[in-house]
Amino acid sequence: MAELVQYLITGVGVGCAYALLGSGLVVIYRVTRVVNFAQGAVAVLAALTVTTLLAAGLPHGLAEGLGVLLAGAAGLLTGLVATGKPGTTPQAALIVTLGLGVLAYAVEILFWGDQPRSFPGLPGATAGVQTHYLLIASVTALVLAATAVLFARTDLGRALTATAEDPYAARIVGIDVARMGLLAFTVGGALGGLAGVLITPVQQVTFDSDVALVVNGFSAAILGNLTRPGLTLAGGLLLGVVQALAGGYWNTSYQTEVALIFMLVVLVVRAGRLSSVETA
Amino acid sequence: MIVEVRDLTVRYGAATALDGVTLSVAAGELVALIGPNGAGKSTLVNALCGIRRPASGRIDVRGRLALVPEGRHLFPSLSVDDNLRLGAWRRRERDTAHIYALLPELTPLRDRPAGRLSGGEQQMVALGRALMSRPDLLVIDEMSLGLAPKIVGSLVAHLRQRNAEDGLAVLLIEQNARLALELCTRAYVLEAGRVVAEGPAAALAGSPEIAAAYLGLEA
Repeated sequence: MAELVQYLITGVGVGCAYALLGSGLVVIYRVTRVVNFAQGAVAVLAALTVTTLLAAGLPHGLAEGLGVLLAGAAGLLTGLVATGKPGTTPQAALIVTLGLGVLAYAVEILFWGDQPRSFPGLPGATAGVQTHYLLIASVTALVLAATAVLFARTDLGRALTATAEDPYAARIVGIDVARMGLLAFTVGGALGGLAGVLITPVQQVTFDSDVALVVNGFSAAILGNLTRPGLTLAGGLLLGVVQALAGGYWNTSYQTEVALIFMLVVLVVRAGRLSSVETA
Repeated sequence: MIVEVRDLTVRYGAATALDGVTLSVAAGELVALIGPNGAGKSTLVNALCGIRRPASGRIDVRGRLALVPEGRHLFPSLSVDDNLRLGAWRRRERDTAHIYALLPELTPLRDRPAGRLSGGEQQMVALGRALMSRPDLLVIDEMSLGLAPKIVGSLVAHLRQRNAEDGLAVLLIEQNARLALELCTRAYVLEAGRVVAEGPAAALAGSPEIAAAYLGLEA
Protein backbone atom coordinates (compact mmCIF):
# COMPACT_ATOMS: atom_id res chain seq x y z
CA MET A 1 0.00 0.00 0.00
CA ALA A 2 2.76 2.43 0.94
CA GLU A 3 4.43 1.55 -2.35
CA LEU A 4 1.27 2.28 -4.34
CA VAL A 5 0.87 5.67 -2.65
CA GLN A 6 4.48 6.53 -3.42
CA TYR A 7 4.04 5.54 -7.08
CA LEU A 8 0.88 7.62 -7.34
CA ILE A 9 2.63 10.65 -5.84
CA THR A 10 5.59 10.26 -8.18
CA GLY A 11 3.22 9.84 -11.10
CA VAL A 12 1.23 12.96 -10.26
CA GLY A 13 4.47 14.96 -9.94
CA VAL A 14 5.79 13.86 -13.32
CA GLY A 15 2.29 14.15 -14.80
CA CYS A 16 2.11 17.79 -13.68
CA ALA A 17 5.26 18.49 -15.67
CA TYR A 18 3.72 16.84 -18.75
CA ALA A 19 0.54 18.84 -18.21
CA LEU A 20 2.45 22.13 -17.95
CA LEU A 21 4.48 21.38 -21.04
CA GLY A 22 1.36 20.19 -22.87
CA SER A 23 -0.52 23.34 -21.84
CA GLY A 24 2.29 25.36 -23.39
CA LEU A 25 1.74 23.40 -26.61
CA VAL A 26 -2.00 24.09 -26.36
CA VAL A 27 -1.51 27.85 -25.86
CA ILE A 28 0.76 28.02 -28.90
CA TYR A 29 -1.38 25.74 -31.07
CA ARG A 30 -4.64 27.51 -30.28
CA VAL A 31 -3.34 30.89 -31.35
CA THR A 32 -0.99 29.93 -34.21
CA ARG A 33 -2.01 26.36 -35.29
CA VAL A 34 1.68 25.45 -34.92
CA VAL A 35 2.76 22.40 -32.90
CA ASN A 36 5.96 23.57 -31.25
CA PHE A 37 8.21 20.52 -31.02
CA ALA A 38 11.02 22.66 -29.58
CA GLN A 39 8.95 22.82 -26.39
CA GLY A 40 10.88 19.96 -24.75
CA ALA A 41 14.21 21.57 -25.60
CA VAL A 42 13.04 24.81 -23.98
CA ALA A 43 12.23 22.86 -20.80
CA VAL A 44 15.67 21.23 -20.78
CA LEU A 45 17.38 24.55 -21.48
CA ALA A 46 15.62 26.13 -18.49
CA ALA A 47 16.53 23.21 -16.21
CA LEU A 48 20.20 23.18 -17.24
CA THR A 49 20.42 26.96 -16.83
CA VAL A 50 19.08 26.66 -13.29
CA THR A 51 21.81 24.08 -12.42
CA THR A 52 24.43 26.64 -13.50
CA LEU A 53 22.78 29.59 -11.74
CA LEU A 54 22.51 27.63 -8.48
CA ALA A 55 26.14 26.51 -8.78
CA ALA A 56 27.07 30.17 -9.25
CA GLY A 57 25.52 30.90 -5.87
CA LEU A 58 22.16 32.36 -6.79
CA PRO A 59 19.46 31.61 -4.22
CA HIS A 60 16.62 29.16 -4.91
CA GLY A 61 13.57 30.92 -6.27
CA LEU A 62 15.59 33.53 -8.12
CA ALA A 63 17.51 30.89 -10.09
CA GLU A 64 14.33 29.00 -11.00
CA GLY A 65 12.56 32.23 -11.88
CA LEU A 66 15.37 33.27 -14.21
CA GLY A 67 15.27 29.81 -15.79
CA VAL A 68 11.55 30.22 -16.55
CA LEU A 69 12.15 33.73 -17.94
CA LEU A 70 14.88 32.38 -20.18
CA ALA A 71 12.47 29.69 -21.37
CA GLY A 72 9.94 32.40 -22.23
CA ALA A 73 12.62 34.22 -24.23
CA ALA A 74 13.59 30.96 -25.95
CA GLY A 75 9.90 30.42 -26.77
CA LEU A 76 9.71 33.91 -28.27
CA LEU A 77 12.84 33.23 -30.32
CA THR A 78 11.35 29.93 -31.52
CA GLY A 79 8.21 31.79 -32.58
CA LEU A 80 10.21 34.45 -34.40
CA VAL A 81 12.27 31.91 -36.32
CA ALA A 82 9.40 29.51 -37.03
CA THR A 83 6.62 31.98 -37.88
CA GLY A 84 8.38 35.32 -38.40
CA LYS A 85 8.30 35.14 -42.18
CA PRO A 86 4.81 36.19 -43.32
CA GLY A 87 2.92 33.43 -45.08
CA THR A 88 4.71 30.55 -43.35
CA THR A 89 2.29 27.64 -43.08
CA PRO A 90 1.79 25.95 -39.68
CA GLN A 91 3.23 22.73 -41.18
CA ALA A 92 6.43 24.46 -42.29
CA ALA A 93 6.69 26.16 -38.91
CA LEU A 94 6.36 22.76 -37.19
CA ILE A 95 9.37 21.45 -39.12
CA VAL A 96 11.33 24.57 -38.16
CA THR A 97 10.58 23.94 -34.48
CA LEU A 98 11.89 20.36 -34.86
CA GLY A 99 15.08 21.77 -36.36
CA LEU A 100 15.43 24.26 -33.53
CA GLY A 101 15.07 21.39 -31.05
CA VAL A 102 18.03 19.63 -32.68
CA LEU A 103 20.02 22.88 -32.68
CA ALA A 104 19.31 23.15 -28.95
CA TYR A 105 21.13 19.78 -28.44
CA ALA A 106 24.32 21.32 -29.82
CA VAL A 107 24.00 24.39 -27.60
CA GLU A 108 23.26 22.29 -24.50
CA ILE A 109 26.14 19.86 -25.07
CA LEU A 110 28.46 22.80 -25.69
CA PHE A 111 27.62 24.46 -22.38
CA TRP A 112 26.67 21.56 -20.10
CA GLY A 113 28.14 18.42 -21.65
CA ASP A 114 26.21 15.18 -22.05
CA GLN A 115 26.07 14.01 -18.42
CA PRO A 116 22.83 14.01 -16.41
CA ARG A 117 22.38 17.00 -14.12
CA SER A 118 20.07 17.87 -11.32
CA PHE A 119 19.65 20.31 -8.46
CA PRO A 120 18.01 19.98 -5.06
CA GLY A 121 14.35 20.82 -4.77
CA LEU A 122 12.37 21.51 -1.62
CA PRO A 123 13.84 19.26 1.09
CA GLY A 124 11.96 17.15 3.61
CA ALA A 125 8.58 15.48 3.70
CA THR A 126 5.10 16.64 4.65
CA ALA A 127 2.67 13.99 5.91
CA GLY A 128 4.89 11.29 4.44
CA VAL A 129 5.05 12.90 1.00
CA GLN A 130 8.26 14.46 -0.33
CA THR A 131 7.61 18.18 -0.06
CA HIS A 132 8.91 18.85 -3.56
CA TYR A 133 6.04 16.83 -5.06
CA LEU A 134 3.59 19.02 -3.16
CA LEU A 135 5.37 22.03 -4.60
CA ILE A 136 5.09 20.65 -8.14
CA ALA A 137 1.38 19.95 -7.74
CA SER A 138 0.52 23.30 -6.15
CA VAL A 139 2.57 25.38 -8.60
CA THR A 140 0.99 23.49 -11.51
CA ALA A 141 -2.52 24.03 -10.14
CA LEU A 142 -1.84 27.72 -9.55
CA VAL A 143 -0.23 28.37 -12.92
CA LEU A 144 -2.83 26.48 -14.94
CA ALA A 145 -5.62 28.29 -13.07
CA ALA A 146 -3.92 31.61 -13.79
CA THR A 147 -3.63 30.68 -17.47
CA ALA A 148 -7.33 29.81 -17.57
CA VAL A 149 -8.18 33.18 -15.97
CA LEU A 150 -5.92 34.95 -18.48
CA PHE A 151 -7.84 33.44 -21.39
CA ALA A 152 -11.35 33.73 -19.97
CA ARG A 153 -11.31 36.96 -17.99
CA THR A 154 -8.83 39.41 -19.51
CA ASP A 155 -8.99 41.46 -22.70
CA LEU A 156 -5.60 40.12 -23.71
CA GLY A 157 -6.94 36.59 -23.32
CA ARG A 158 -10.03 37.45 -25.36
CA ALA A 159 -7.79 38.86 -28.08
CA LEU A 160 -5.72 35.64 -28.02
CA THR A 161 -8.92 33.57 -28.29
CA ALA A 162 -10.19 35.83 -31.08
CA THR A 163 -6.93 35.35 -32.98
CA ALA A 164 -7.25 31.59 -32.51
CA GLU A 165 -10.86 31.47 -33.72
CA ASP A 166 -10.73 33.84 -36.68
CA PRO A 167 -7.43 35.51 -37.60
CA TYR A 168 -9.10 37.45 -40.44
CA ALA A 169 -11.71 38.95 -38.10
CA ALA A 170 -8.99 39.65 -35.54
CA ARG A 171 -7.10 41.68 -38.13
CA ILE A 172 -10.28 43.56 -39.05
CA VAL A 173 -10.77 44.81 -35.49
CA GLY A 174 -7.13 45.81 -35.29
CA ILE A 175 -5.60 42.96 -33.31
CA ASP A 176 -1.96 42.42 -34.29
CA VAL A 177 -2.21 38.74 -35.16
CA ALA A 178 1.55 38.22 -35.54
CA ARG A 179 2.21 39.76 -32.14
CA MET A 180 -0.46 37.56 -30.53
CA GLY A 181 1.27 34.52 -32.03
CA LEU A 182 4.63 35.57 -30.58
CA LEU A 183 3.00 36.22 -27.22
CA ALA A 184 1.59 32.69 -27.32
CA PHE A 185 5.04 31.28 -28.10
CA THR A 186 6.47 33.23 -25.15
CA VAL A 187 3.81 32.07 -22.68
CA GLY A 188 4.11 28.52 -24.06
CA GLY A 189 7.89 28.59 -23.67
CA ALA A 190 7.60 29.80 -20.09
CA LEU A 191 5.14 26.97 -19.29
CA GLY A 192 7.57 24.47 -20.81
CA GLY A 193 10.46 25.99 -18.86
CA LEU A 194 8.46 25.76 -15.64
CA ALA A 195 7.86 22.07 -16.34
CA GLY A 196 11.60 21.48 -16.76
CA VAL A 197 12.55 23.48 -13.67
CA LEU A 198 9.98 21.74 -11.45
CA ILE A 199 10.75 18.20 -12.57
CA THR A 200 14.56 18.28 -12.49
CA PRO A 201 14.98 17.87 -8.71
CA VAL A 202 13.07 14.54 -8.85
CA GLN A 203 14.20 13.38 -12.28
CA GLN A 204 17.68 14.12 -13.63
CA VAL A 205 17.89 15.99 -16.88
CA THR A 206 20.20 15.47 -19.87
CA PHE A 207 20.36 17.28 -23.18
CA ASP A 208 18.08 14.68 -24.77
CA SER A 209 15.45 14.56 -22.00
CA ASP A 210 13.38 16.80 -24.26
CA VAL A 211 12.16 13.81 -26.29
CA ALA A 212 10.39 12.15 -23.37
CA LEU A 213 9.07 15.51 -22.19
CA VAL A 214 7.69 16.70 -25.50
CA VAL A 215 6.29 13.31 -26.55
CA ASN A 216 4.44 12.97 -23.25
CA GLY A 217 3.38 16.61 -23.22
CA PHE A 218 2.13 16.25 -26.79
CA SER A 219 0.21 13.07 -25.92
CA ALA A 220 -1.40 14.87 -22.99
CA ALA A 221 -2.36 17.80 -25.24
CA ILE A 222 -3.71 15.48 -27.94
CA LEU A 223 -6.26 14.15 -25.45
CA GLY A 224 -7.73 17.65 -25.55
CA ASN A 225 -7.36 17.98 -29.35
CA LEU A 226 -4.46 20.39 -28.70
CA THR A 227 -7.01 23.02 -27.77
CA ARG A 228 -8.46 22.13 -24.36
CA PRO A 229 -6.31 22.87 -21.31
CA GLY A 230 -8.51 20.92 -18.87
CA LEU A 231 -8.20 17.67 -20.79
CA THR A 232 -4.48 18.32 -21.23
CA LEU A 233 -4.09 18.41 -17.46
CA ALA A 234 -6.06 15.16 -17.18
CA GLY A 235 -3.95 13.59 -19.92
CA GLY A 236 -0.68 14.63 -18.27
CA LEU A 237 -1.67 13.25 -14.89
CA LEU A 238 -2.91 10.01 -16.46
CA LEU A 239 0.35 9.53 -18.36
CA GLY A 240 2.46 10.29 -15.29
CA VAL A 241 0.57 7.88 -13.06
CA VAL A 242 0.50 5.04 -15.61
CA GLN A 243 4.24 5.50 -16.14
CA ALA A 244 4.96 5.43 -12.42
CA LEU A 245 2.85 2.29 -11.95
CA ALA A 246 4.44 0.52 -14.94
CA GLY A 247 7.90 1.46 -13.72
CA GLY A 248 7.17 0.50 -10.14
CA TYR A 249 5.43 -2.82 -10.63
CA TRP A 250 7.07 -3.98 -13.82
CA ASN A 251 10.12 -2.41 -15.44
CA THR A 252 11.33 1.18 -15.60
CA SER A 253 12.81 0.60 -19.08
CA TYR A 254 9.35 0.33 -20.61
CA GLN A 255 7.43 2.89 -18.61
CA THR A 256 7.28 5.52 -21.37
CA GLU A 257 6.19 2.97 -23.95
CA VAL A 258 3.54 1.52 -21.66
CA ALA A 259 2.16 4.96 -20.91
CA LEU A 260 2.08 5.98 -24.57
CA ILE A 261 0.38 2.73 -25.63
CA PHE A 262 -2.13 3.31 -22.87
CA MET A 263 -2.77 6.81 -24.21
CA LEU A 264 -3.17 5.42 -27.71
CA VAL A 265 -5.82 3.01 -26.42
CA VAL A 266 -7.61 5.88 -24.65
CA LEU A 267 -7.61 7.90 -27.87
CA VAL A 268 -8.83 5.00 -30.00
CA VAL A 269 -11.65 4.19 -27.57
CA ARG A 270 -12.63 7.85 -27.37
CA ALA A 271 -12.54 8.26 -31.16
CA GLY A 272 -14.73 5.16 -31.50
CA ARG A 273 -17.24 6.57 -29.04
CA LEU A 274 -17.26 9.99 -30.70
CA SER A 275 -17.85 8.55 -34.17
CA SER A 276 -20.59 6.23 -32.89
CA VAL A 277 -22.30 9.30 -31.40
CA GLU A 278 -21.99 11.06 -34.75
CA THR A 279 -23.50 8.20 -36.71
CA ALA A 280 -26.28 7.65 -34.18
CA MET B 1 -13.73 62.83 -48.74
CA ILE B 2 -13.33 60.09 -46.18
CA VAL B 3 -12.06 57.61 -48.73
CA GLU B 4 -10.49 58.32 -52.06
CA VAL B 5 -9.36 55.46 -54.26
CA ARG B 6 -7.47 56.36 -57.43
CA ASP B 7 -6.49 54.03 -60.26
CA LEU B 8 -6.35 51.07 -57.94
CA THR B 9 -5.01 47.85 -59.42
CA VAL B 10 -4.78 44.65 -57.39
CA ARG B 11 -3.38 41.40 -58.75
CA TYR B 12 -3.43 37.81 -57.51
CA GLY B 13 -0.41 36.40 -59.29
CA ALA B 14 -1.13 36.80 -63.00
CA ALA B 15 -4.85 37.51 -62.52
CA THR B 16 -5.96 41.12 -62.25
CA ALA B 17 -8.75 41.42 -59.68
CA LEU B 18 -9.09 45.21 -59.79
CA ASP B 19 -8.07 47.20 -62.84
CA GLY B 20 -7.73 50.97 -62.41
CA VAL B 21 -10.64 51.49 -60.02
CA THR B 22 -11.40 55.08 -58.95
CA LEU B 23 -13.99 55.64 -56.24
CA SER B 24 -14.73 58.00 -53.39
CA VAL B 25 -17.01 58.36 -50.38
CA ALA B 26 -17.66 61.75 -48.80
CA ALA B 27 -18.43 62.36 -45.13
CA GLY B 28 -22.00 61.36 -44.33
CA GLU B 29 -22.57 59.83 -47.75
CA LEU B 30 -24.34 56.53 -48.46
CA VAL B 31 -22.63 54.85 -51.39
CA ALA B 32 -23.42 51.49 -52.97
CA LEU B 33 -21.05 49.23 -54.82
CA ILE B 34 -22.88 46.62 -56.86
CA GLY B 35 -21.73 43.99 -59.27
CA PRO B 36 -21.85 40.28 -59.98
CA ASN B 37 -19.86 37.54 -58.21
CA GLY B 38 -16.16 37.74 -58.98
CA ALA B 39 -16.31 41.40 -60.01
CA GLY B 40 -13.66 42.26 -57.41
CA LYS B 41 -15.92 43.70 -54.70
CA SER B 42 -14.34 41.78 -51.83
CA THR B 43 -10.85 42.50 -53.17
CA LEU B 44 -11.70 46.19 -52.95
CA VAL B 45 -12.87 45.71 -49.35
CA ASN B 46 -9.63 43.97 -48.42
CA ALA B 47 -7.56 46.69 -50.11
CA LEU B 48 -9.49 49.41 -48.26
CA CYS B 49 -8.84 47.67 -44.95
CA GLY B 50 -5.15 47.24 -45.68
CA ILE B 51 -5.32 43.44 -45.84
CA ARG B 52 -4.56 43.23 -49.57
CA ARG B 53 -1.73 45.33 -50.97
CA PRO B 54 -2.36 47.12 -54.28
CA ALA B 55 -0.08 46.60 -57.28
CA SER B 56 -0.55 50.27 -58.15
CA GLY B 57 -2.79 53.23 -57.43
CA ARG B 58 -3.61 55.14 -54.25
CA ILE B 59 -5.96 54.69 -51.34
CA ASP B 60 -6.41 57.71 -49.08
CA VAL B 61 -8.41 57.19 -45.93
CA ARG B 62 -9.12 60.29 -43.84
CA GLY B 63 -11.09 59.22 -40.82
CA ARG B 64 -11.89 55.97 -39.06
CA LEU B 65 -13.03 53.06 -41.14
CA ALA B 66 -14.70 49.92 -39.80
CA LEU B 67 -15.68 46.80 -41.67
CA VAL B 68 -18.68 44.50 -41.38
CA PRO B 69 -17.20 41.59 -43.32
CA GLU B 70 -18.98 39.15 -45.60
CA GLY B 71 -19.95 36.07 -43.60
CA ARG B 72 -19.93 38.19 -40.42
CA HIS B 73 -16.76 36.65 -38.99
CA LEU B 74 -17.68 36.85 -35.32
CA PHE B 75 -15.64 35.13 -32.64
CA PRO B 76 -17.96 32.15 -32.03
CA SER B 77 -16.94 31.04 -28.53
CA LEU B 78 -16.87 34.57 -27.13
CA SER B 79 -20.01 36.23 -25.79
CA VAL B 80 -21.79 38.97 -27.70
CA ASP B 81 -20.45 41.49 -25.21
CA ASP B 82 -16.86 40.23 -25.66
CA ASN B 83 -17.25 40.42 -29.43
CA LEU B 84 -18.34 44.04 -29.05
CA ARG B 85 -15.46 44.82 -26.66
CA LEU B 86 -12.94 43.58 -29.20
CA GLY B 87 -14.45 45.90 -31.84
CA ALA B 88 -12.54 48.85 -30.44
CA TRP B 89 -9.36 46.91 -29.67
CA ARG B 90 -7.13 49.45 -31.39
CA ARG B 91 -8.73 52.38 -29.58
CA ARG B 92 -8.59 50.64 -26.20
CA GLU B 93 -12.21 51.50 -25.57
CA ARG B 94 -14.03 48.76 -23.69
CA ASP B 95 -17.34 50.30 -22.62
CA THR B 96 -20.04 48.67 -24.74
CA ALA B 97 -23.04 50.56 -23.24
CA HIS B 98 -23.45 52.92 -26.20
CA ILE B 99 -23.82 49.97 -28.60
CA TYR B 100 -26.75 48.53 -26.62
CA ALA B 101 -28.31 52.00 -26.72
CA LEU B 102 -27.91 52.10 -30.52
CA LEU B 103 -28.92 48.47 -31.13
CA PRO B 104 -31.36 47.53 -28.34
CA GLU B 105 -31.93 44.10 -29.99
CA LEU B 106 -28.50 43.08 -28.67
CA THR B 107 -29.31 43.68 -24.99
CA PRO B 108 -30.98 40.29 -24.31
CA LEU B 109 -28.17 38.50 -26.22
CA ARG B 110 -25.36 40.14 -24.23
CA ASP B 111 -23.98 37.00 -22.54
CA ARG B 112 -24.76 34.45 -25.27
CA PRO B 113 -21.87 32.92 -27.26
CA ALA B 114 -21.90 34.57 -30.68
CA GLY B 115 -21.62 31.19 -32.43
CA ARG B 116 -25.04 30.13 -31.09
CA LEU B 117 -26.98 33.06 -32.54
CA SER B 118 -29.15 33.10 -35.66
CA GLY B 119 -27.78 34.64 -38.85
CA GLY B 120 -29.74 37.84 -38.35
CA GLU B 121 -28.62 38.19 -34.75
CA GLN B 122 -25.01 37.58 -35.80
CA GLN B 123 -25.25 40.28 -38.46
CA MET B 124 -26.55 42.68 -35.80
CA VAL B 125 -23.55 41.80 -33.57
CA ALA B 126 -21.18 42.30 -36.52
CA LEU B 127 -22.73 45.74 -37.07
CA GLY B 128 -22.39 46.54 -33.35
CA ARG B 129 -18.78 45.36 -33.30
CA ALA B 130 -17.96 47.66 -36.22
CA LEU B 131 -19.79 50.60 -34.57
CA MET B 132 -17.74 50.04 -31.37
CA SER B 133 -14.77 51.78 -32.97
CA ARG B 134 -16.96 54.91 -33.55
CA PRO B 135 -16.19 54.93 -37.28
CA ASP B 136 -16.66 57.77 -39.75
CA LEU B 137 -17.18 55.24 -42.53
CA LEU B 138 -18.71 51.79 -42.31
CA VAL B 139 -17.80 49.37 -45.09
CA ILE B 140 -20.44 46.63 -45.20
CA ASP B 141 -19.77 43.58 -47.35
CA GLU B 142 -22.87 41.57 -48.36
CA MET B 143 -25.04 42.58 -45.44
CA SER B 144 -28.28 41.02 -46.68
CA LEU B 145 -26.89 37.67 -47.87
CA GLY B 146 -28.99 34.81 -46.50
CA LEU B 147 -31.10 36.99 -44.19
CA ALA B 148 -34.88 37.34 -44.00
CA PRO B 149 -36.31 40.61 -45.41
CA LYS B 150 -37.59 41.65 -41.99
CA ILE B 151 -34.09 41.46 -40.48
CA VAL B 152 -32.56 43.26 -43.45
CA GLY B 153 -35.21 45.95 -42.94
CA SER B 154 -34.20 46.52 -39.32
CA LEU B 155 -30.51 46.61 -40.25
CA VAL B 156 -31.25 49.20 -42.94
CA ALA B 157 -33.31 51.25 -40.47
CA HIS B 158 -30.35 51.28 -38.07
CA LEU B 159 -28.00 52.41 -40.84
CA ARG B 160 -30.37 55.23 -41.88
CA GLN B 161 -30.60 56.37 -38.27
CA ARG B 162 -26.82 56.38 -37.72
CA ASN B 163 -26.43 58.27 -40.98
CA ALA B 164 -29.05 60.88 -40.06
CA GLU B 165 -28.01 61.32 -36.42
CA ASP B 166 -24.22 60.90 -36.46
CA GLY B 167 -23.39 61.55 -40.10
CA LEU B 168 -22.03 58.03 -40.46
CA ALA B 169 -20.93 57.36 -44.05
CA VAL B 170 -21.57 53.90 -45.51
CA LEU B 171 -20.04 52.01 -48.39
CA LEU B 172 -22.50 49.18 -49.00
CA ILE B 173 -21.22 46.30 -51.08
CA GLU B 174 -24.21 44.27 -52.17
CA GLN B 175 -25.35 41.62 -54.59
CA ASN B 176 -28.87 42.73 -53.74
CA ALA B 177 -28.75 45.76 -56.04
CA ARG B 178 -32.34 46.76 -55.38
CA LEU B 179 -31.65 47.11 -51.66
CA ALA B 180 -28.37 48.95 -52.25
CA LEU B 181 -29.85 51.42 -54.73
CA GLU B 182 -32.82 52.11 -52.44
CA LEU B 183 -30.70 52.85 -49.40
CA CYS B 184 -27.86 54.75 -51.02
CA THR B 185 -27.69 58.08 -52.79
CA ARG B 186 -24.80 57.27 -55.10
CA ALA B 187 -23.57 54.00 -56.59
CA TYR B 188 -20.79 52.35 -58.53
CA VAL B 189 -21.17 49.28 -60.72
CA LEU B 190 -18.14 46.99 -60.75
CA GLU B 191 -17.72 44.33 -63.44
CA ALA B 192 -14.61 42.23 -64.04
CA GLY B 193 -12.46 44.52 -61.90
CA ARG B 194 -13.55 47.79 -63.55
CA VAL B 195 -16.06 50.49 -62.68
CA VAL B 196 -18.46 50.31 -65.64
CA ALA B 197 -21.04 52.80 -64.35
CA GLU B 198 -21.40 55.34 -61.59
CA GLY B 199 -23.78 58.11 -60.61
CA PRO B 200 -26.80 58.92 -58.46
CA ALA B 201 -28.50 55.72 -57.31
CA ALA B 202 -31.85 56.81 -58.71
CA ALA B 203 -30.35 57.43 -62.16
CA LEU B 204 -28.61 54.05 -62.16
CA ALA B 205 -31.79 52.32 -61.05
CA GLY B 206 -33.55 54.03 -63.96
CA SER B 207 -30.99 52.95 -66.55
CA PRO B 208 -32.33 50.12 -68.72
CA GLU B 209 -29.00 48.18 -68.78
CA ILE B 210 -28.59 48.28 -65.00
CA ALA B 211 -32.23 47.40 -64.47
CA ALA B 212 -31.90 44.41 -66.80
CA ALA B 213 -28.61 43.18 -65.36
CA TYR B 214 -29.14 43.80 -61.63
CA LEU B 215 -32.78 44.47 -60.86
CA GLY B 216 -34.27 41.59 -62.81
CA LEU B 217 -36.35 43.90 -65.03
CA GLU B 218 -36.77 43.73 -68.79
CA ALA B 219 -34.74 46.39 -70.61
